[in-house]
Amino acid sequence: MEHIRTPKVENVRLVDRVSPKKAALGTLYLTATHVIFVENTPDTRKETWILHSQISTIEKQATTVTGCPLLIRCKNFQIIQLIIPQERDCHDVYISLIRLARPVKYEELYCFSFNPMLDKEEREQGWMLIDLSEEYKRMGLPNNYWQLSDVNRDYRVCDSYPTELYVPKSATAHIIVGSSKFRSRRRFPALSYYYKENHASICRSSQPLSGFSARCLEDEQMLQVIRKANPGSDFIYVVDTRPKLNAMANRAAGKGYENEDNYSNIKFQFIGIENIHVMRNSLQKMLEVCELKSPSMSDFLWGLENSGWLRHIKAIMDAGIFIAKAVAEEGASVLVHCSDGWDRTAQVCSVASLLLDPHYRTLRGFMVLIEKDWISFGHKFNHRYGNLDGDPKEISPVIDQFIECVWQLMEQFPCAFEFNERFLIHIQHHIYSCQFGNFLCNSQKERRELKIQERTYSLWAHLWKNRADYLNPLFRADHSQTQGSLHLPTTPCNFTYKFWSGMYNRFEKGMQPRQSVTDYLMAVKEETQQLEEELEALVERLEKIQKVQLNDTKVKSKQSEPSRHSGFSTSDNSTANTPQDYSGNMKSFPSRSPSQGDEDSALILTQDNLKSSDPDLSANSDQESGVEDLSCRSPSGGEHAPSEDSGKDRDSDEAVFLTA
Amino acid sequence: MEFSELIRTGRAQAQLLRGPEAPPLRGTLCVTGHHLLLSPGPQSTPDLWLLLLRSVDSIEKRVAGDSGTIILRCKDLRVLQLEIEGVEATLDIARSIEALSSLESVITSFPFFYRPKGLRLGDAWHFLPPERYYKRVARETDAWRLSEVNEDFSLCPSYPRAVIVPRAVDDDALARSARFRQGGRFPVLSYHHAPSGTVLLRSSQPLTGPQKRRCAEDEELLRAVLAGARPGARGFILDTRSAQAAKQARMTGGGTEAKAAYPHWKRLHRPLERGRPLQESFVRLVEACGDPEQSMDRWLSRLEGCRWLAHVKEALSTACLVAQAMEREGACILVHGAEGTDSTLLVTSLAQLILDPMSRTMAGFQELIEREWIQAGHPFQLRCAHSAFSHARPKHEAPTFLLFLDCVWQLGRQFPLSLEFGEGLLLALFEHAYASPFGTFLCNSEKERCLCEVRTRTHSLWSGLNQPKEQRKLRNPLYVLNPLAIWPSVEPQSLRLWQGLFLRWTHPPEPAEVAWEKVWQIVTGREETEGSQPTASA
Repeated sequence: MEHIRTPKVENVRLVDRVSPKKAALGTLYLTATHVIFVENTPDTRKETWILHSQISTIEKQATTVTGCPLLIRCKNFQIIQLIIPQERDCHDVYISLIRLARPVKYEELYCFSFNPMLDKEEREQGWMLIDLSEEYKRMGLPNNYWQLSDVNRDYRVCDSYPTELYVPKSATAHIIVGSSKFRSRRRFPALSYYYKENHASICRSSQPLSGFSARCLEDEQMLQVIRKANPGSDFIYVVDTRPKLNAMANRAAGKGYENEDNYSNIKFQFIGIENIHVMRNSLQKMLEVCELKSPSMSDFLWGLENSGWLRHIKAIMDAGIFIAKAVAEEGASVLVHCSDGWDRTAQVCSVASLLLDPHYRTLRGFMVLIEKDWISFGHKFNHRYGNLDGDPKEISPVIDQFIECVWQLMEQFPCAFEFNERFLIHIQHHIYSCQFGNFLCNSQKERRELKIQERTYSLWAHLWKNRADYLNPLFRADHSQTQGSLHLPTTPCNFTYKFWSGMYNRFEKGMQPRQSVTDYLMAVKEETQQLEEELEALVERLEKIQKVQLNDTKVKSKQSEPSRHSGFSTSDNSTANTPQDYSGNMKSFPSRSPSQGDEDSALILTQDNLKSSDPDLSANSDQESGVEDLSCRSPSGGEHAPSEDSGKDRDSDEAVFLTA
Repeated sequence: MEFSELIRTGRAQAQLLRGPEAPPLRGTLCVTGHHLLLSPGPQSTPDLWLLLLRSVDSIEKRVAGDSGTIILRCKDLRVLQLEIEGVEATLDIARSIEALSSLESVITSFPFFYRPKGLRLGDAWHFLPPERYYKRVARETDAWRLSEVNEDFSLCPSYPRAVIVPRAVDDDALARSARFRQGGRFPVLSYHHAPSGTVLLRSSQPLTGPQKRRCAEDEELLRAVLAGARPGARGFILDTRSAQAAKQARMTGGGTEAKAAYPHWKRLHRPLERGRPLQESFVRLVEACGDPEQSMDRWLSRLEGCRWLAHVKEALSTACLVAQAMEREGACILVHGAEGTDSTLLVTSLAQLILDPMSRTMAGFQELIEREWIQAGHPFQLRCAHSAFSHARPKHEAPTFLLFLDCVWQLGRQFPLSLEFGEGLLLALFEHAYASPFGTFLCNSEKERCLCEVRTRTHSLWSGLNQPKEQRKLRNPLYVLNPLAIWPSVEPQSLRLWQGLFLRWTHPPEPAEVAWEKVWQIVTGREETEGSQPTASA
């Protein structure tokens, strides 16, 4: 609280990003957790809530006659532009937000004050929803080859690893500890995924400290026991997900990669995924393209190309595909590492698991996957997503890229995933929101020390409770395409990597498809189910009646027919009802953006209403907007008329009448 | 002329490769007057593979040893490879295909011989689009009349017999206006937007020429349009050429409406690509999509270099501008470019899809195409003579109609519940526009179709498409009537490459088909429930 210099500023304008002339007048509030803008319009009093933890950058722009503009960019890709009348107020807001957006203690984060009105028992149950020991059991472990190791009890060997780890049965504590000493941050090879169909496994670690010539007997033994844990194959792949040049540079620092001569029966492979700094810059460049005002097709495609973003996504996918194929088709185990083994390694292991195992393509399985490869294996959420004030060079959209890989797969295989796009978007939102404790800190050790589970709530329970919103109606658990591993076409398919406007432009509703197939189909499904139940009940009743009144043939069963379509069709229509700015550079016709503001209200995170903590409210939430916007944008007058060349055209004065 | 003269060889043994997904087919290859047949022998199924020769766009032959290879690139963008035994046979077959696939005579084309079971000649030709549409307009307003001034096609060879014109303008005045417009295409009604009381007209450019001529009747016609619309209505003349191009057209006798001559009409210029540049864009895109070596690094810039998506964006935004001016500004719009048979129709038909819920139904869309493309004189035969693979120097080819279909696809992607038809119909229209056993897309104008007796001697595509067995492929099971205008986003982020068309044969559409099946299952499963309600089970 002491950081809030001014809790309330009046007569602030919230600028519509798309049609800047249209701005809502209202009051700005700063609270301990949110920036809140409340419109003055008496009947709606629309509210825009922004969590401090979502704020990525705040920019104070040059003062104009109308006031002092403040631009807030959020980590969930929302952009808010405010105009504050007094320079001094603006400065106060700016200084306050700078501080509020960069908390220095975990206790300042929203999850420690967020209270969804659940009792202690419910909270504990929520944290138990996703259980990794269950997951390893599901994989078929422990078995003859793999066992649970307690070597990392109390984080004695590696403080960024979890305490419960699976290693080959023949990996003795001596081998593990020896190997850990030869690996960056002591992240020794441990099991990430076990493919029970053929005993092949995916293991992960950090880079070896090989330098130019160093060797470690235990590390070599470690790789050997991993190979032997898969009797079906006489070699293992070692996949270094870095570009070769980066890996070689690391050798000078005493790190590096495995020398094939020293390890028996390994096949070493580089897969060039760039480092976090390259990825951070790439995202930055892509977001600049997204922010362009009315870009031409060329501006957009060139910008997207130059950002390199989709190329990086493809590199991650390619690595995942390589590993999945090695495991499923060659039956070979794979050891994956990058430098520290917590960024690219997490991406690649989870993509490969997702390709291999249909379980991870279900709602619950996907949560398990994130819990396993990201949370438990010490992906540095705090550093990467800047939850606490820290080194900006540590920030990088690592898990964002993984989430996008999943979306790209969903686009290619519309029936293979039990969950929908909204599920991914909400997970992304909450990784940054710090509303739930799941993604706090950099490791399991830190989370335990902080007693996260006793002091915060689990996102997984929240998502699970609302799972109806996240289901993909097209999911076909029964279909050959969705069973087993996903078969990607063998031909290189660059065309299939698309720009995800549903994520990066998600607050510009006008750019998204205006009608949701997912919601429509879910509604149809639900209705079908209701009707079927009704039918069943009626049949039952009928049978009863028939039994009782055997003679009476006149049974009238009146089917109460719920009014079909009425529920969803109309709402879809109204969202369609606003044109955008089609006149290009000419300021003539009023511009687009139906519902920029509505997503704002979607961000409402009230403490007493858990439901509304969703990053966006239900799909129809913006139905009024169409109507509301109409009035504001009703085009006026011909002086707007687009490009006319009347000035140049003087021909008419001397025109000759044609008598045809 | 006898086809047999062009057939060099009757048959040969061959193997057919149909791309990565389909299994190869082996059997006896046979060239007939209109088809290439491959008969795999009596015991196998499917028993016959058939390709309409008209759909071959380019042919490439290679011989090596005692066998040869023929690569057929089809107008629907499919690439087929035939491995043929015997060098002589290969060359003969290649020559036969070359000769037969490029026959120009309309009345010997396959539609004149095609007699499918279950269809009757003359069916579904009953559309008299202008007349039918006039009935609807007449219910909405009495400011318009149906004129048969073009009964014998003498006024305008590319217009149908009947056109809808302002009631206040008589046929003589129309005739004079026609003489003032290129190709006789005087302004006619394209669409009446009842809610706003405004109209959409189309024409060709006025023949002002370097002397800046005027035509009183043409001016009167446009005055009458505004007088018949809602009171105080203004008009926009949307020229699909740049201001400069329009001015230059004066040198060759064309031009634009002079400002002083048409008070209350304002001119806008929205340059849309047409003709050869558009064709080249299409060719480049198909080339890029078929390039297996394409690496991710360069894909987006290559896509940009094709310019196709830029054309989609321009066409859609121009149509939106028109629709917006009508619905929001209450303005009447006249659209024309030069001839008024290409980008003009693109804009008027798209604007109608945006505004008119009727045109988004299955029947309404077919009527729209019939009225705004076929009857309106889009020269299909010239424009679709070749697709993207032809090595021949393009003469009149241009994928304007394909661009229209792509824009419709984009609309359908942004409003997945608002079109009654699905991607399947758009793909079918693309295929049939370029090569078809049906007569619907034959010829360049209604006049030519009458001369060739297309209506009585060929089957209508619509009767083929409207058969019950085709519906699952063509309809959109998600359709719910949307009574409002649909305003698409034309931001680059919202437009996508039409994968289902451009990558149809190189990129297996199987997952999408599985999804489509599932959609049908969800929606029709519900219909089954409806059907089996126990109303009379006692």
